[in-house]
Amino acid sequence: MSRSGRGRVVPYLLLLPGLLWLVLFFLAPAVQLAATSLYDPAGSLTSGYAMTWSFGNYPDAVAAYGAQLGRSFGYAGLATLLALLLGYPLAYVIALRAGRWQYLLLVCVVAPMFTSFLVRTLAWKTVLSDGGAVVGLLRDLHLLAPDGRLLATPAAVVTSLTYCYLPFMVLPLYASLQRLDPRLLEAAGDLFARPAQVFRRVTLPLSMPGVVAGTLLTFIPATGDYVNAELLGTPNEYMVGNVIDAAFLVRLDYPQGAALSVLLMVAILALVIGWLRRAGPAEAG
Amino acid sequence: MRDRPHPLSPRLPRRTLLRGVAGSAALLVTGSLLGACGTKGARQTEASCVSEDLSGTEKTLVFSNWPQYLDVAEGDESRRPTLEAFQRRSGIQVSYTEDINDNNEFFGKIRNQLAACQPIDRDIIVLSDWMAARVIDLGWVQRLDAGRLPNVGRNLLTSLRGRSYDPDNVLAIPWQSGLAGLAYNGRVTGEVRTVEELLTRPDLKGRVTALAEMRDTMGLLLAAGGHDPANFTPAQFDEALEKLRRAVESGQIRRFTGNDYAAELARGDIAACVAWSGDVIQLAAEDQRVRFVAPDSGVMLYSDNMLVPNRATHRGNAEALMDYYYEPAVAAQLAAYVNYICPVQGAQAEMEKLDPALATNPLIFPDPALLARSKVFMALDETREREYESKFQQVVGG
Repeated sequence: MSRSGRGRVVPYLLLLPGLLWLVLFFLAPAVQLAATSLYDPAGSLTSGYAMTWSFGNYPDAVAAYGAQLGRSFGYAGLATLLALLLGYPLAYVIALRAGRWQYLLLVCVVAPMFTSFLVRTLAWKTVLSDGGAVVGLLRDLHLLAPDGRLLATPAAVVTSLTYCYLPFMVLPLYASLQRLDPRLLEAAGDLFARPAQVFRRVTLPLSMPGVVAGTLLTFIPATGDYVNAELLGTPNEYMVGNVIDAAFLVRLDYPQGAALSVLLMVAILALVIGWLRRAGPAEAG
Repeated sequence: MRDRPHPLSPRLPRRTLLRGVAGSAALLVTGSLLGACGTKGARQTEASCVSEDLSGTEKTLVFSNWPQYLDVAEGDESRRPTLEAFQRRSGIQVSYTEDINDNNEFFGKIRNQLAACQPIDRDIIVLSDWMAARVIDLGWVQRLDAGRLPNVGRNLLTSLRGRSYDPDNVLAIPWQSGLAGLAYNGRVTGEVRTVEELLTRPDLKGRVTALAEMRDTMGLLLAAGGHDPANFTPAQFDEALEKLRRAVESGQIRRFTGNDYAAELARGDIAACVAWSGDVIQLAAEDQRVRFVAPDSGVMLYSDNMLVPNRATHRGNAEALMDYYYEPAVAAQLAAYVNYICPVQGAQAEMEKLDPALATNPLIFPDPALLARSKVFMALDETREREYESKFQQVVGG
């Protein structure tokens, strides 16, 4: 009797620390944020804000900064796609073909993360600088006009976003490809599937969990990123993160900043659920 | 076929029902929580937030400043000659930290405490004019005793006296001042003399940056349009902003920056920009071809000011330190290191003894002609500030 009683309590006790953490550092701030987004927009820091359920803050924010909101999803989507195209072959080689080099290559993928995010982004400024080797080469190849540049263009922002989040794409892909049973590949070959067919019918479907995890881990942080746009872009490349940053710290328009943050969270949540429904693990469907 | 016939089990409906009840309860609770939200005003008064001064018994002082804003000994960066001399002379132990990197960020850090009249554990903080004006307006700053600041009374530059947010010079004492003007890199472009050239010259297209600091960029543009940055109308602001918008949309302006333009200007990625004099002096020390230009139409004069926040407990010690840095000999020693405009009269004569070349540098000791065309941006009330800042941010893209 006492045994089963304790058995019922233990799981809840185990849940408690994590739950407390979530309530304190996620739920409470999220509720506060949602509340702030509905404050009277006529309020101010000096006079205080009244709760007036101003749902109008949302359409107002979209009207003013819809372009940046759209751009965030565009850039993040593009960066995710690029990271997938770059990361999949890389993860494939590391997991299935690298042999004893496997761990060294994995370390190489993770190594850039040993330096700070900011330093890596600043390094791109040097790499892509107008007098740098990359721009020089592209000009010589006539891929770039003689006075063309990479810095302060969408290309620079998307490139750097791709770079920053590439490891988050590669690692889950690697994990799922590594678990792939080689006997299945052999069996496909025995059944006269051409290599392309083996990939399309066996490897790719079996690595879908990795693809889903990787795209989510890349897309979500990339959407909210503002450092890349700030340092490598111009006002024309600013993403919604830059707008939220300015709303909270520069313009002191807390309701608008909060409304944009909530919108961003809800939009990401909707996209993630949609994506999981389409491509997610079969068990969930 | 293998599906079991569905029994009329109450399980599913009950679960759905429970879920519905729990869901609406959660919604109700959240709703009432949200409804109870809202914030009180952040303004304090001398009556609502009283600070006490323990300087009589505690010989300590906590001083928060910006990085690289205080002289260090040659060959030993951990020693700070002028500050050490102050500690020896006064017996006050100063804990000096360089933890202010950005006015807005620092404001975000101290905002909740000061709004609730709680101590921020600092006796002196250093903020730029407009931010100093904001915290003074919010009533977050202690009034100083002019009688204990004789050197400040004697030596503060005339053009920095009686500023609109501190008419009696007892709230915000300038630490260093600087100019916001134009800069260009002579290695990659010819001379840039005017704001007009910066915004329209075709050979500069895409190689120009401006400061994200609204007052510096807009002040220069207002002056270039023939208006007074210290006293302008909303229509004049809109007119100047329109010029900026055209320059952004045409691709002339590449981006808006904080201090980070300096490296790009030195490399030549940007050819010309809106810049702060202190940065440019440091770049010019390495490459003479990087030049600062104070346009004839006007330059912006800004100061970073020492303030004593509410609930700081060493106001007396803070006053002693402020007054110490207004001794001309000390000010000259500091200016020789930081290379900003020295707000202390008489320091120029002392500089002759230290470094005659610096004594004649107009970006440290501006001549009367330069001072005459340097402007201080108009003090804005909260509504105006938000209006201008929002319009400016629309153009800047934030």
